[in-house]
Amino acid sequence: MSADTTTALKAKFPQVTDRPSSDHPAVNVPVADLFAALQYLRDERAFDLLMDLTAVDWAEGVSPRFTIVYHLYSTSSASYVRVAANCANDAGPAVPSMVSLWPGANWHERECYDMFGIKFEGHPDLRRILMWDSYPYHPLRKEFPLAGIETPLSDPEITQETGTAAIAAPMAGGPFVAAPGEINMTEGEPRAKDESWADRRARPDQTELRQVKD
Amino acid sequence: MATDFTFPDSGAKVASARTEAATGATGEFQTEKMSLSMGPSHPSTHGVLRLQMELDGEILTKADPVIGYLHRGDEKIAENMTYNQFVPYTDRLDYLAPLANNMAYAIAVERLVKLEVPARCQAIRVLTAEMARISSHLMGLGAFALDVGAWSVLLYCLEEREKLYKLFEELTGARFTTSYTRIGGLARDVPEGWLGRVNVFCDQFLPNLEEMLSLLTRNKIFMDRTVGVGVITKADALAYGLTGPNLRGSGVPLDLRKDKPYSGYEQYEFDVPVGSTGDCYDRYLVRGEEMRQAVRIIRQVITKFPGGPWYATDARKIFAPPKDKVLTSMEELIQNFMLVTEGPQMPAGEVYFEAENPKGILGFFIVSKGGGVPWRLKIRSPSFCNLSILPKICVGCLISDVVSILGSLDFVMGECDR
Repeated sequence: MSADTTTALKAKFPQVTDRPSSDHPAVNVPVADLFAALQYLRDERAFDLLMDLTAVDWAEGVSPRFTIVYHLYSTSSASYVRVAANCANDAGPAVPSMVSLWPGANWHERECYDMFGIKFEGHPDLRRILMWDSYPYHPLRKEFPLAGIETPLSDPEITQETGTAAIAAPMAGGPFVAAPGEINMTEGEPRAKDESWADRRARPDQTELRQVKD
Repeated sequence: MATDFTFPDSGAKVASARTEAATGATGEFQTEKMSLSMGPSHPSTHGVLRLQMELDGEILTKADPVIGYLHRGDEKIAENMTYNQFVPYTDRLDYLAPLANNMAYAIAVERLVKLEVPARCQAIRVLTAEMARISSHLMGLGAFALDVGAWSVLLYCLEEREKLYKLFEELTGARFTTSYTRIGGLARDVPEGWLGRVNVFCDQFLPNLEEMLSLLTRNKIFMDRTVGVGVITKADALAYGLTGPNLRGSGVPLDLRKDKPYSGYEQYEFDVPVGSTGDCYDRYLVRGEEMRQAVRIIRQVITKFPGGPWYATDARKIFAPPKDKVLTSMEELIQNFMLVTEGPQMPAGEVYFEAENPKGILGFFIVSKGGGVPWRLKIRSPSFCNLSILPKICVGCLISDVVSILGSLDFVMGECDR
């Protein structure tokens, strides 16, 4: 059943390619075919549950930078399929919204927009969901430091009264971990991943970080 | 002098407001809309959920949940630490069932490296996950009953939960934040005589559970507050990605322990209860039955409890060696050092694993580029998806129904906001 799904999908959409995967059948779909492909999976292949929708940031300077990943589950055949799509525009990534297929995609897409700044075209209400509405950054992007960046509070009145702001967490040099995928022993040795405190790299400035706003 | 008041028929008013809310038309009763914010610290919002409601009299015409008050950036944190270091963070997702979260996370990472843990380890994980299910449902049931006005049920529930927490404390050293699993095994084996004490707990729990449920199941007040309230149809439940007792309450028999068995669930016999109408009462009944089934699974695990090692002994680059060996042998010392500093070494790849947790399906999507740190870790939390249906089902309800609905959905904000 699962192998059939990817074969059928590839027959219907010639642009679809296999995605390396060790657990569930997985495909790469171009953004242009994404909506039609997911609709086909839902209606013809009985993938009735949109389990998860998320994005992966492959770091600044890598192109394509953002990949959006869907996990669908079929209650009738008890199988998963992973659908991935690379966003074409690294500076202003956008993909079609799936809210008309699964209303449950609404919050997932809002979260993805909040955390990565990916636009979902056709979304009925694309607002931030976890961070407050006036928050200027997208925290799960790789250039965003672990400690956070000092940001004014959501309510200007409170900011004025108290003079406080949402401040970056004191990292105290931690956490000490090895970088993923390093082969060089010196580079791979455990060190504080967030080096904004150290002399090795200057603390990221507010202006340095791209502020992605509407 | 008799005052001639004419009261509108309240039933007709509710019906007319429901049609107005559904169609957007204005009917006979024209009232001014009022907006009301419920939460983020309200006793019936179970944590820090805020509901921005628009009301016509006492009937909701719009409900907009505002979440994020407990957002801690767990996914960002995960990208900056080794796989084992993240285990304590999983405790703080659904903090009413940390043992089940620990297990789901450990299996997800083990799937990435294609590691099979020994039968004893699997059995202990199943046992602890089912105990966590009982403790989570007890809290859910008690809080639900409290919300609709039945005080005493909560006290019975907390008493039983306390007994479970004593057992957790003996097993893991902590009552609440257990951090019990490691990648490739567990923190420690079960203590001597512990399984017997779990069995004793089960023996006395079942009659107590019947007593607790009998306070509610045929209770007139409880039924008035829950039967036919907050109905979620099968189609809606699937479209909104509901899982766990909330999906099964709507009649979809999806239970990953049966459909995609993991950690040896296929060896145990249990039934999957489903509801028929999908209202708050059905969700309550499903949870009650799930506790009985959990006891059934626990008894089977204890009966066929396997011997052998309780961690993957051959996975030298994954699981830290026992402490007595670390302190006496060079090889194990180096291995321990490498594991603590660089983390368990994973191959590059992507893995998505979901486990049937008490609140619903908890999923972990891990993208690895190799090494001891995940490149991306996404947590698919059941409470987040279960709450997303609120704007749909709350419209046309009374405010007091919202309290019933929130109680019956049984969510945890720690998991929803991550």
